[in-house]
Amino acid sequence: MTRMAATRDGYGQALLDLADNPKVVVLEADLGKSTKSLHFRKAHPERTVSCGIGEQNMLLVGAGMAASGYIPFASTFAIFTERAFEQMRNGVARPNLAVHLCGSHGGTHTGTDGSSAQSIEDLAVFRTLPNVTVLHPCDDVSTRILTTRLAGTKSPSYMRTARNKTPVLYDDIDPDSIQIGKGIELKDGNDVAIIACGVLVSESLKAADMLMQEGINASVIDMHTLKPLDGQLVDQMVERCGAIVTAEDHNVIGGLGSAVAEHLVANKFAPLEMVGVPDRFGESGQADEMLDVMKLSAKYIVEAAKKAISRK
Amino acid sequence: MSKSIADLEEIARKCRVEIVKMVHRAQAGHPGGSLSEIDLITALYATRMRIRPEQPDWDDRDRFILSKGHASPGMYAVLAEMGFISHEDLKSYRVLGGVCQGHVDMKWCPGVDFSAGSLGMGLSFGMGCATAARLDSSERRAFVMIGDGEMQEGSVWEAAMAAAHHELGNLKVILDRNRIQNDDFCEEQMRMFDIPAKWKAFGWNVKEINGHDMTEVMEGLDFLEAPENCNGPSILIAHTIKGAGISYMENNPSFHGAAPNDEQFHQAMVELGEVEA
Ligand SMILES: Cc1ncc(C[n+]2csc(CCOP(=O)(O)OP(=O)(O)O)c2C)c(N)n1
Ligand SMILES: [Mg+2]
Repeated sequence: MTRMAATRDGYGQALLDLADNPKVVVLEADLGKSTKSLHFRKAHPERTVSCGIGEQNMLLVGAGMAASGYIPFASTFAIFTERAFEQMRNGVARPNLAVHLCGSHGGTHTGTDGSSAQSIEDLAVFRTLPNVTVLHPCDDVSTRILTTRLAGTKSPSYMRTARNKTPVLYDDIDPDSIQIGKGIELKDGNDVAIIACGVLVSESLKAADMLMQEGINASVIDMHTLKPLDGQLVDQMVERCGAIVTAEDHNVIGGLGSAVAEHLVANKFAPLEMVGVPDRFGESGQADEMLDVMKLSAKYIVEAAKKAISRK
Repeated sequence: MSKSIADLEEIARKCRVEIVKMVHRAQAGHPGGSLSEIDLITALYATRMRIRPEQPDWDDRDRFILSKGHASPGMYAVLAEMGFISHEDLKSYRVLGGVCQGHVDMKWCPGVDFSAGSLGMGLSFGMGCATAARLDSSERRAFVMIGDGEMQEGSVWEAAMAAAHHELGNLKVILDRNRIQNDDFCEEQMRMFDIPAKWKAFGWNVKEINGHDMTEVMEGLDFLEAPENCNGPSILIAHTIKGAGISYMENNPSFHGAAPNDEQFHQAMVELGEVEA
């Protein structure tokens, strides 16, 4: 049986891994139980700053601490990071202060809380900020490794994690193969390349299996870093497969699909089909139901793959 | 205002039963803040709100904004009691396509005046409703329910300052002071010191009550409506108990956002007098 886990648990683990570094501090906005920073808070209350339900304050407290030599990890729900967008823009990104913002419960997959909690635009908005690295890992192992790597960077980041469990893909992986800015080829094929992030990576693997049964051999890429995008890998996929599908639990506007499209139009070109939230708000539903309602599940990725191939 | 205190208490009891049923059925949701607010919302809807359940979009209705929109089961139970939605609709709480979305949503549920869920937004929205009512020379009022944790959002204080500046006597806030937020007790997360003094300093009329004593609740609502308190915005600080009415939920931060299991559900029904022990 595949192990199932939520990426937010990988984040919580990573904070504990990082705790040996006395400069690492954790900032919370009354959602530590949910984003999983609570483990760090329990172990290191003296290095955990509760900001109450005040996301805007939290971001700038982080900026002040970063400017004073600390390495702040701040978290809340993905949707509420957006509340502090301008703080992130003017107070964090502009002065290039290494505050690491984590938004958990991202996407419609977050489920029955409904549309107010389902961020479908976080990746887009943070991608527009200069200096900011944008990550959306697909399992707890890679989330843990990438979070740990962030502590060594000198610029700010936004990382989306998910509330609900998905299949773990990297239990036996060599940690060196997971690097910020480097996509991971999970399956190699040459008919079409499916480039996915977050909870849709495992859906894409399912889609690749379904395609295989119809004689279509797809590559599957875990593009956990949306910015900087691994353009080299995209170019390789264009050359090898000649047709691309992107898949993300995020509005089709502005996220991974857009990042790949921006790259394609300026480089080697191939037809692109984007699987993403069809520019609408979500609603209450179970995680798996939401993937169908939003047309994100494996069968829609299969459809998109065929369409991309037909456009070659 | 033909309802007696005993009538109101009985409506609130029935609403408590529905709240627990909703979160138990969904195995998700927010019972704690629904149970702390329920006596207040019950009295407000049953005795004060100028509304027409058969015409939920009536222009001149009073507005009620549940700014702590996660405590939606409480509001849905009252809307069903008032006839905006049916008791059958309550079964759609957190179910795909349901009228009763996880957080109150004006696009999905008749009688809901604002789509909440992000804390710290309702008071500003209420100020907009109150300002529009004034421009329309309408008697309608905007009631806004906020949480104590919610009060930590800076935007609450932007709205508080602005509403007093504009002397919005038709804007009325009820604060559900249950002393607990998501992760823990407010005292641990973010101390708020002298809350009545803070609102007074922002230029508001302030009264404190016990939010579970129906007589005091009615006095509190009288205060909000009193002509002498319509010179500017007013706030009723209701001291409540998170999870009120269910022993194991009371004052227990774990039941901010967690559902009872089957055994706990049964116990709740016993405590609410719905079933025999
Ligand atoms: C802007 C924003 N940040 C965080 C949350 C997540 N959240 C939902 S409920 C809650 C605690 C609310 O506490 P309080 O206002 O006291 O409500 P109550 O105790 O009445 O349930 C938090 C932090 C949110 N909904 N909105
Ligand atoms: Mg509270």
